[in-house]
Amino acid sequence: MSDTILYDSAMRLFGDHVSPRILAAAETGSWAGPLWDAVTEAGYLDVLVEGPGGMVEATTILRAAGHHAAPIPLPETMLARWLCAAAGVEAPAGSLTIALLNPGDPIGRAGPAPWGRTAIALAVVAGSTLCLAGRDQVRFEPGRNLAGEPRDRLLGIVSAPPVPLSGAVSAETVRGIGALMRSAQMAGAMEAALELSTRYANDRVQFGRAIGKFQAIQQQMALLAEEAAAALVAVESAARSVAGARPSAELAVAAAKIRTGEAAGSVAEIAHQVHGAIGFTAEHSLHHLTRRLWSWRDEFGDEAYWAAALGRRVAAAGPEGLWNLITRP
Amino acid sequence: MSTPFRFDPIELPAECEALRQEVRAFIADELGAGRWVPNSDFGSHRAADFSRRLGARGWIGMTWPKRYGGAERSFLERYTVTEELLAAGAPVGCHWIADRQSGPLLLRYGSDAQREQFLPGITRGEIFFAIGMSEPDSGSDLASIRTRATPACGGYEVTGAKVWTSYAHESHYAITLVRTGPAEADRHRGLTQLILDLTAPGVTIRPIHNLAGEHDFNEIVLDRVFVPSGMLVGQEGEGWRQVTSELAFERSGPERFLSSHQVLCGLVGRAGANPEPAQGEALGRMAARLWTLRQMSLSVAGMLQAGESPNLEAALVKDLGGAYERGIPERARELARRSRGAATDRFEAALAEAILHAPSWTLRGGTREILRGIIARGLGLR
Repeated sequence: MSDTILYDSAMRLFGDHVSPRILAAAETGSWAGPLWDAVTEAGYLDVLVEGPGGMVEATTILRAAGHHAAPIPLPETMLARWLCAAAGVEAPAGSLTIALLNPGDPIGRAGPAPWGRTAIALAVVAGSTLCLAGRDQVRFEPGRNLAGEPRDRLLGIVSAPPVPLSGAVSAETVRGIGALMRSAQMAGAMEAALELSTRYANDRVQFGRAIGKFQAIQQQMALLAEEAAAALVAVESAARSVAGARPSAELAVAAAKIRTGEAAGSVAEIAHQVHGAIGFTAEHSLHHLTRRLWSWRDEFGDEAYWAAALGRRVAAAGPEGLWNLITRP
Repeated sequence: MSTPFRFDPIELPAECEALRQEVRAFIADELGAGRWVPNSDFGSHRAADFSRRLGARGWIGMTWPKRYGGAERSFLERYTVTEELLAAGAPVGCHWIADRQSGPLLLRYGSDAQREQFLPGITRGEIFFAIGMSEPDSGSDLASIRTRATPACGGYEVTGAKVWTSYAHESHYAITLVRTGPAEADRHRGLTQLILDLTAPGVTIRPIHNLAGEHDFNEIVLDRVFVPSGMLVGQEGEGWRQVTSELAFERSGPERFLSSHQVLCGLVGRAGANPEPAQGEALGRMAARLWTLRQMSLSVAGMLQAGESPNLEAALVKDLGGAYERGIPERARELARRSRGAATDRFEAALAEAILHAPSWTLRGGTREILRGIIARGLGLR
C-alpha cells in the first residue's frame, strides 16, 4: 500500500471513530472500544512487528491518529508488539504499553507507563532485556498528562522474568522509536491545528471582515504553517531513514523530536491566539490538539534531552565533520 | 480540507553522492592551495578565476543542454554541487546569478540566438549577469516599476533607474524589467524583460555602499539607452509572468539557509569536543533545524526536478531558512568563548560579517513579509 493510500484510509478510520464526545468520555476514563476494534481490524497494531523497517507505515498511521487526537494507546501497543517479537514472546491480544528502565535502576525509576491502567500487559525494557507483565502483576500510581491521557507511574512488578531482546534493541533504541512516534502524532495534531485555525480565520468576522484578511493574522498563520511543515518533513524524513536503517537514522530521530517539539509550542500558541477566547473553552475542540502537543513534546525525551544527545554528535564531528554529519544519507 | 502544502519524499540518487565526493575533493584541493578563504555570505564573495575553474569542471549551467555548454545533468546534481560549494564558503558570486536565474530564463524564454550568444560563455565562467528589477520607488511592489522602453529603430530606447543591483559594476549584462505598455489597465501586463549590456552608451553605474562599507549594491541610471530588439527576452508584455514563473528555483535552494554556516562551524570549533551543557544543547537544536531545512529544501528540489511548481513550499522554506540563518549569529555570540577584537580570528571575522549582513538575508529574494503574504494566500486566507 502506498503511503498516500494508507494515510487517506487511516484519516477516514480515525475520522469515523473519534468525535468530541468520545474524546471527552475518554478523559473521564471511558475506553474507546469501537475505535480500538477498528484499528485492530485494520491491522495497525502489527505494522512495526518486524521491527523499525515498518516505521514509514507506523508514522503514516500515527500522523492520522494525531490529527484526530485518537485517545488510545496505539503507538505503545505497536512498540510492545515489536518488543515481544524481538524477545520471542507471544504478545497478548488487546492494548499493551511499555516502560523504559535504564540498566541498574529500580522499577520506580521508570518513566510513567502511558495508558498503564488500561493495558492487558506491560512491556518493561531494561537494558537489552524485556519483562512482560500482565496487568494483575503490576502496581501503578495513577497519573495523567496535560491532555488527560493516563500516564501511570510504576510502583512494582511481581514475578516477570527478563527475556533477552534480539538484535541491537535496547531501552535507548526503543526511546528513539517512541520519540519518532510521538513526533508523528504531533505532526498530525499540528496539521489539524492549522486546518482549524485557517477555517476559523476565514469564518470569524470582526470590524466587518474575516479576521484572516488582516495582515497581522496572516503573518501569524504563515508562521503556524511553517512550523507544521517543518514538523511534517522532519518526521517523514526520519521515518524513511529509520526504516532503511541508514547511517543518518539516529541523528534523524533526535532532530525530528527536537524540531517537532519546538514546533508544537509555537503552533499551539498561534492557534490559540487566532481562535481568541472561544479556543480557550472546554467546549471548543482545539484543546484536544493543543493539550496533546504540550504533553507529547515532553514524552520519550523532550527537546533538551535530544538536543543534548545531538549536540554530543555535533561536537564529536567537529567543525570539519559537521556538514558531512548533516548530509549523510 | 487537507493540508495545503506538499513535500514529496526525495532520495538523492547514487550519482549525486558520487558527485558530492568529487566536489569535496575539488574544494579540498582549492583550500589546500590557499586559493580562497571560506566565507559565509554566498553573493558577496567573488572570484572570476574560481568561476572559470568551476566552469572547466562543467559545474556551471550543469543542467543545460550540451550544445549550449551545459552538462545535461539533473537538477538534483546541481543541488548537490551548490550545497557543497555554499557549505564550504566558496566564492561563487561571479557566476551565481547567471547560473541560477539568467541562464534558465534564457533557456525557457530566450531565442536561439540569445542562447548561443550567452549560455556557453556563462558555463565557462566568463559572462556574468546581474538583476535589474527594483527601482527607487519600487521594491516589494515590483509591478509599480516606471523604467520605460519605447520603440526605436531596430529595438528599444530605455530610460529610468534601477537600484540594489548587486555587482552591476562587475557584471557584463543585466536582465532588466521594464514597462512597455500602459500601467493603468492591469499593472501586471505591459512589463517586459530585456538583456541590458552594462557597457552600452547611456548606462551609468553608481555605487551604493552597504552598512558594512562594502560596494555590493549599485544604482543603474538609464538615459535613452538603445537595446536592440534581439535582446528582448520572451514576449513583450509577458515580463511579469516570466519573472514570477521561476520563483521557486530561487526561493528554496541551500543559499536560503547556509548564509551563516561558517559561523555555526566556528561555534562548533569553539565549543570543542566536550561542550558545556548549554552549548551542547544549543548546538543540537541548531543542527536539528539545519537538518530539517535541508530535508525541506531537498524535497522542493525533487519536485522542481519532476517539473512541478511548488511555490508555496518554496516560500515556506525561504522564510524558515531566513529565520534560521539570522538566528545563528545571535546564538553564537551568546555561546562562544569569544576572543574579542582579534581581527585575524576566522570565527570572529565570520561572526562580524554575519551580523552586518544578516539584515539583507530576510530582504533579498522576497522579504519576510511578502513571503508570509504568499503563504497566507496559499493557505486560503485573503
